[in-house]
Amino acid sequence: MEKRHIEEHFYKILMMLSAAVVVASLGLILATVFIKGLPALKLDMLIKTPQGGYYIGKGGGILNAIVGSLVLGLGATFLALLVSLPVVFYLHLYLRRNSKRAVAVRFFLDVLWGIPSIVYGAFGFTIMMFFGLPASLLAGIITVALLIIPIMSRSMDEVMRMIPFELTETCFALGSTRWETATKVIFRQALPGIVTAILIAFGRGIGDAASVLFTAGFTDSLPYSLFKPVATLPLAIFFQLGTPFPEVQDRGYASALVATMIVLFISIISRFLSKRFTKNIVK
Amino acid sequence: MNIRILKDRIAERASFVLCACVVSFAFLMGLSLYCRARPVLAAVGLKAVLFSTFWHPSQSQFGLLSFIVGTLWVTAIAMAIAVPLSIMTAVYLSEYCTRRTQEFFKPIIDLLAGISPVIYGFWGLAAVVPLVRDHLMPFCSRHMPFFPFKSDNYTGFSALTGGIVLAVMVFPVIIAIVGEVLKTVPASIKEASFALGATRWQTIRRVVLRKAGVGIIAAIMLGLSRAFGETIAVLMVAGCALGIMPKSIFDPAYPLPALIANTYGEMMSIPLYDAAVLLAAFILLVVTAVFNIVGWSILLRVEREIQY
Amino acid sequence: MLYKTHISVKDLNVWYGEHRALKDITVNIPDKKITAIIGPSGCGKTTLLKSFNRLLELEDGVRVNGNVLVDGEDINDPKIEVTRIRRKMGLLSQKPQVLPMCIYDNVAYGLRLHGLTDKKALNNIVRHHLEQAGLWDEVKDRLHSSASKLSIGQQQRLCLARGLAIEPEIILGDEPTSALDPFSAEHIERRFLELKKSYTIVLVTHILRQAKRLADHVIFLYMGELIEHGPARQFFEDPKNAKTKAYINGQFIEANNDGAR
Repeated sequence: MEKRHIEEHFYKILMMLSAAVVVASLGLILATVFIKGLPALKLDMLIKTPQGGYYIGKGGGILNAIVGSLVLGLGATFLALLVSLPVVFYLHLYLRRNSKRAVAVRFFLDVLWGIPSIVYGAFGFTIMMFFGLPASLLAGIITVALLIIPIMSRSMDEVMRMIPFELTETCFALGSTRWETATKVIFRQALPGIVTAILIAFGRGIGDAASVLFTAGFTDSLPYSLFKPVATLPLAIFFQLGTPFPEVQDRGYASALVATMIVLFISIISRFLSKRFTKNIVK
Repeated sequence: MNIRILKDRIAERASFVLCACVVSFAFLMGLSLYCRARPVLAAVGLKAVLFSTFWHPSQSQFGLLSFIVGTLWVTAIAMAIAVPLSIMTAVYLSEYCTRRTQEFFKPIIDLLAGISPVIYGFWGLAAVVPLVRDHLMPFCSRHMPFFPFKSDNYTGFSALTGGIVLAVMVFPVIIAIVGEVLKTVPASIKEASFALGATRWQTIRRVVLRKAGVGIIAAIMLGLSRAFGETIAVLMVAGCALGIMPKSIFDPAYPLPALIANTYGEMMSIPLYDAAVLLAAFILLVVTAVFNIVGWSILLRVEREIQY
Repeated sequence: MLYKTHISVKDLNVWYGEHRALKDITVNIPDKKITAIIGPSGCGKTTLLKSFNRLLELEDGVRVNGNVLVDGEDINDPKIEVTRIRRKMGLLSQKPQVLPMCIYDNVAYGLRLHGLTDKKALNNIVRHHLEQAGLWDEVKDRLHSSASKLSIGQQQRLCLARGLAIEPEIILGDEPTSALDPFSAEHIERRFLELKKSYTIVLVTHILRQAKRLADHVIFLYMGELIEHGPARQFFEDPKNAKTKAYINGQFIEANNDGAR
């Protein structure tokens, strides 16, 4: 066989191996989570908050963290939505196509996306100090919202780009204002993509530890006030894994399993919703 | 005025304000971090902070060098693993495999991107640390006792461990962006190459990768930025031993983000400590922002070119 | 009129998914002559051309049935090395597609692919083919500058040089002048008239005048079917099929009109 055909086969195998490594990594991660987490998962974990001495081996569960994360995540997602939706609609309907402003906004959103979450956390911290806010649910919500706005906005932006411009043109030609076009037509068309973008951002928001480390604090109780600290799942996992007690570490594994299940659940739901909503849209 | 028009105008103004906020936000972050960090710069000076290895906050010594070096070790290892594997995978997905395989890979890459960093840290603790401690480290210390493998850290918590975990976290970033860049290579150019009798790999190496080259560099920069800034996963597995300057992949490393995360509890207790930590955050912001700006600028240009 | 056959097509059918692009095509391409494939847009001309060098298989969902024989060899035989077949043909696309390298490397690309590395040999071959394509004088001082800086007419000539460099036997042209200005187009056409002394040329074109100027042999396709083919003079002066007559005279082709006049 000619040299270049041997070369062809060699590289093809190399590429398949690389792809296999990527798949295997995911497999390994999921396997480790399930293998270590499943045996340690007890119902108590899910329905109880930590009793005294939880972190040195006494009873309780991580309900505080589960509920805390959900509340924080929902709050942050809602806030982020309030900013992302107008920004994205502005980019698509109020600005002329390919305008310089649109390019600038998208560019900065992309740059913000790349900034590490710990920087957002540190920034949140400086804001807290400036306003005299203690480590609290509110501070956590604001920081995480800032973190996920770029992700949400850019994902929605990509979705809106797929909408054929003719649809927008048609609405304008019929005499709609831009606001009406946005809310009555474009929103419906883009809905599946918007929902997916929200889910992705939500997943990122509840999974991040570095941004809530400084800002949300930690507590053993369920969230009951915006101005009191709140427990989050990532931090709960982190703290439990960091103790020297094997029972507590085991519970850490179980918590990791819970967190992973949430991510998997979100992923499945978003795929399912995408497929379902796509029926109604214009092609 | 018509209420419809009024609604429209209000929406426009509000959205414009929000957009302006978005654009200025990065600067706002930088500015506020810098303001808070200034006291330590005034007291100790930038040179002392960046180039000294003495980190003793109680004695007002804030040398960040060993943390910067730690970050570099972990990032370099992660990129050395992730870049070739990711590019190969992206090329495979784009040029070789069937539609079905492509569909199969999409959720995998999405999941890798969506898994919480704490879970990555957990996996690192449960699987990678034992791997390094029980297999890689003994093997290397017996057969390859030289730089960069020589070390006396047998705990398994090392720069290598951090690098491996980080590499997997960087996979989805590079694969996704390289995939997008490869899509911009026009089919007609590949066709021209095939028509001349090239094999698939020859076409990829000589034509596709050349055309996509710049975009691939951008992807690497964005991956680099991700590796630089990742906090919690690396914190859990890289060792975080104070005062040690890593000289081997098996030495423990204490990257900058981990420092920021770890010292949160105590930083208000000592004067200038908080300023030093926020300076570290500022440095991180600047470095990652630069990588991102360069990377996205390149990608913007690539996107523009294909419109012509 | 007797002529040697270079490419022989028998019962060729091509499907793009459910759509049948070529229906039972049987035709011969004569050796060392210019054969023009004409017909309205979408009739399958490019598909037929691409079936000759197996570029069709690069697309998703394409099915090919039938025989395409080049010098008596069935090119679709799975045992055959596809890059060898492609090397026999040079392709000139409608939009000149230069490779992202300098002018020299563009022409040398095919040679290097097949293993030639000797610098002197490469220099000679590159120069020879740039001369054959009529581009040498214009680029001899900037062989190492980027090919994308050339004008579109020059780019097309570069593609011609690149295709000739691998010493094919057949030149395939997919509307090679439709993107060019009249001057460059004329230049390419003159090249073809010279090249036919040494190469078999198959040209897809929708410009009837071009076919009249260049072709020795004409194939007329309509909606994926072969309507008529034959020597050029006979074809244009005395077409046998009513559809052919209509097309040549610039009229709409009646769908119901079948067969002889």
